Amino acid sequence: MIKAAVSVPPAGVIEGYRQVAPVIEREGDAATVDTTGVYFQQLNDAIRRLVADGVTTVRVTGANGQRYIGAGLRVPGVRIEVHGTAGNDTAMFMDGAEVEVFGNAQDGVGNTMSSGRVIVHGDAGDVLGYGMRGGRVFVQGDVGYRVGIHMKAYEKHVPVVVCGGKARDFFGEYMAGGVLVLLGVNTHFPEQPLVGGFTGAGMHGGVMYVRGTVEPWQCGAEVGITEACEEDLGVLRPLVEEYAEAFGEDAEAIMDGPFVRIAPVSHRPYAKLYASM
Amino acid sequence: MAYDLERYDTFDVTRYRDESPFKIHGGCGLMGICDESGALMSGDVAIRAMAVQRDRGNGLGGGFAGYGIYPEFAELFAFHMMFHDMRAKEEAEALLAASFAIEVAEPMPTRPVKGITDAPLLWRYFLAPHPEVLEEREMSAEDYVVQMVMNINARVDGAFVASSGKNMGAFKGVGYPEEIGHYFRLEEYEGHTWVGHNRFPTNTPGWWGGAHPFTLLDWSIVHNGEISSYGINARYLEQFGYTCSLGTDTEVAAYLFDLLLRRHKLPVELACKALAAPLWSDIDRMSADDAALMRSLRAVYGPGMLNGPFAIVLGFNGGMVALNDRIKLRPLVAARSGSTLMVASEEAAIRAVMTAPDVVWAPKAGEPVIGRVAGMESPVHSQLHLGAAEISCAVTGTDVSCEESLEVAV
Repeated sequence: MIKAAVSVPPAGVIEGYRQVAPVIEREGDAATVDTTGVYFQQLNDAIRRLVADGVTTVRVTGANGQRYIGAGLRVPGVRIEVHGTAGNDTAMFMDGAEVEVFGNAQDGVGNTMSSGRVIVHGDAGDVLGYGMRGGRVFVQGDVGYRVGIHMKAYEKHVPVVVCGGKARDFFGEYMAGGVLVLLGVNTHFPEQPLVGGFTGAGMHGGVMYVRGTVEPWQCGAEVGITEACEEDLGVLRPLVEEYAEAFGEDAEAIMDGPFVRIAPVSHRPYAKLYASM
Repeated sequence: MAYDLERYDTFDVTRYRDESPFKIHGGCGLMGICDESGALMSGDVAIRAMAVQRDRGNGLGGGFAGYGIYPEFAELFAFHMMFHDMRAKEEAEALLAASFAIEVAEPMPTRPVKGITDAPLLWRYFLAPHPEVLEEREMSAEDYVVQMVMNINARVDGAFVASSGKNMGAFKGVGYPEEIGHYFRLEEYEGHTWVGHNRFPTNTPGWWGGAHPFTLLDWSIVHNGEISSYGINARYLEQFGYTCSLGTDTEVAAYLFDLLLRRHKLPVELACKALAAPLWSDIDRMSADDAALMRSLRAVYGPGMLNGPFAIVLGFNGGMVALNDRIKLRPLVAARSGSTLMVASEEAAIRAVMTAPDVVWAPKAGEPVIGRVAGMESPVHSQLHLGAAEISCAVTGTDVSCEESLEVAV
C-alpha cells in the first residue's frame, strides 16, 4: 500500500498538484471534472466556467485536499459533487449552491457561507461553519474543534449546522445566531463525551441542540442547559429529517432523543459592562 | 502620543505592489509516518506527503528526518553539518577530531534543483567519542554529544549541526519541502520512521539552520505554530546545560524532549502531559491520584510547559509522537493502515501516501498519538540518570511505592 524504495531516480521534483486544466467530460447540463493531482485554482476556475456556461451539476472526481471548492458561488440550483477529500474552506462564502462531499472534509467548511447547502458523507475538521450567516451544513460523522464559532443570524437568514457524530471543545463558541445540532450517532469515539469543554463559551444568540447528556462543566459561563421542549422539537424535527434523508438514516430513531437545549442565559451578557441601562 | 497622520498621506504604497497579486495560504505543514513493524519506506513517501501541503509554506524552509537510514553505521553518531564557509568547517572539524574517532567524513549527496540556492557546505560525519574522553569527563556518550552540539551551534561561527543521532539524519534547508527532499536525494534512503516539514516563517528568519526538523541526538521535532513560552523554556533548559542558539522557538521542544525522555526518563505519555499540561479545570475533575500526579507535574515542570499554539511531531529511533497544544490551535489528522501510523496537518497528505487507510481520525488536543516500532526500545535512554520509577516518585512526591505511582493512568 505504501510505495517502497524507488529504484529509478525521479525525473524531477515530486509535485503534489500540477498547475494544469482538469479533464472535463460534459453531458448536457452536467459535467465531470477529474481533478486528480490538479491544483485548486485550475479546478475552481473550471467549475466557475462550467457554471457560467449553464452546467447545473458538476461532478468532481479524484479530489484530495483541493481548497475552496464551491467558494463564492452565487448561483442557486447548482450542485457540486466532490468525490474524495474536500480541502480547507470548502463552500466558503457560498451563496446559494449545493456541495455534497462523498468523503471527509478538512478544516473550515462553510466559512462565512451565506446560503445554500453542504452535505458531508464523512467527518469534517475544525472551525466548521465559522461566521456562517445562512444556509445549512450536514455532516454525517465527527467534527473537530470550534464548530459553529461566530455563527450569526438576521431575520430570515438563519444558518443551520447538523453534526451526526461528536464534537470537540469550543462547540458554538461566540455564537450569535443560528441553530447548531449535535447527534452523536456516528462516531469514531464511542467512549468519549458527546461534546468537549467550553461549549457555547461567549455565546449570546442562537440555540444548540445536543442528543444526550451535557454536563455544566462542558459549557461556557454564558449558557444554560435545559431539556428540549415541544417548541424545540418542532424546530429540530425538520432538520433531523433532512439529515436522515441525506444520509439514509432513521429520523424517528434519532428523534427519540433525548435532546437538551443549550442557549445563552442573557441576550446581552456584557451590556452593563459597556453602557449604563 | 499624537499620531502622525501626515505619514499616511505620503505613505509609499508601491512597495507592497509586488506582493499584492499573491495570496499566501500558509501556516506551516507537517507529517510523520512510522511503520511499527520496522519495515522500511523510501524517503519519497515523506516527500509525497509534504508535496500536497505545499501551500502551507512559502518556500523559506523545508526538511525531513529519517530513522533506520544508516544501518551500516548504526552504532556511530551521524553528524549532518552545515557550514557557511571553509573556515567554519575547519574549526568545527578540529573540535570533532579532538574527541571523536571519525570513521567517515564526506559531502552530503545532493543534486541540483531549480530554486535551491545559497546552500551552505553540507557534510556528514560518522563518528564515536573516544572512550578515554568519556572516562575522563565521567560522561555518557550521549551527554558528550549533546555538549558538542551545543558548543558547535553556539560557539563556532557559521557552523551548525543539522542532526547528531545514531542511524538517523535530518535533511533540511531553504526551499519547499519537495524541492529540499529532491535536493538531498531522499528517495535513496529507507527508514521505518520519517517526519517532514513545510515552513512558513513568522517570527524568525528563514535560513538553512532555521528549517525544521530541529534535532538533538535521536530526537527530531517538526512544528507548526509558535511557542510563546520560548523565553522561559530556554532559561529553564540553560540550567541543564542546553544552549538555544538557532533563533527559532521550536529548538526548545527538541531539547525539552531530550531532558524529559532521555535524562529524566519520564514515560513518553507523562512527558507529553508536562509539555501540554491539562488545564487546571480538567485536573480538578480527575481522580485524586491522577490529579495529584498532574499537579506535581505542572509544579515540577512548569518552566518546561509549552505555551502557545502548536502541532508537533517528535521522531526518534523507535517511533514517533504527535502532539497538539491542549486547546487545538493547529491542525493535526491521524490515520492507520495496517502496521503504519501516520499524522499530518491535512488529511490530503495521508491520502497522498495511503491509498486506503483503515481509519482516519482527528486526535484529541493534548493527547499524544504514539507510534512504536516493534522490538525497539522506546524511547532510547542513556544509562547514567535516574530510573523512570525514581523520577515518577520525585514528581509525585510520594515514597509509598515507586512502582505503583508509575502505573497511574495518564
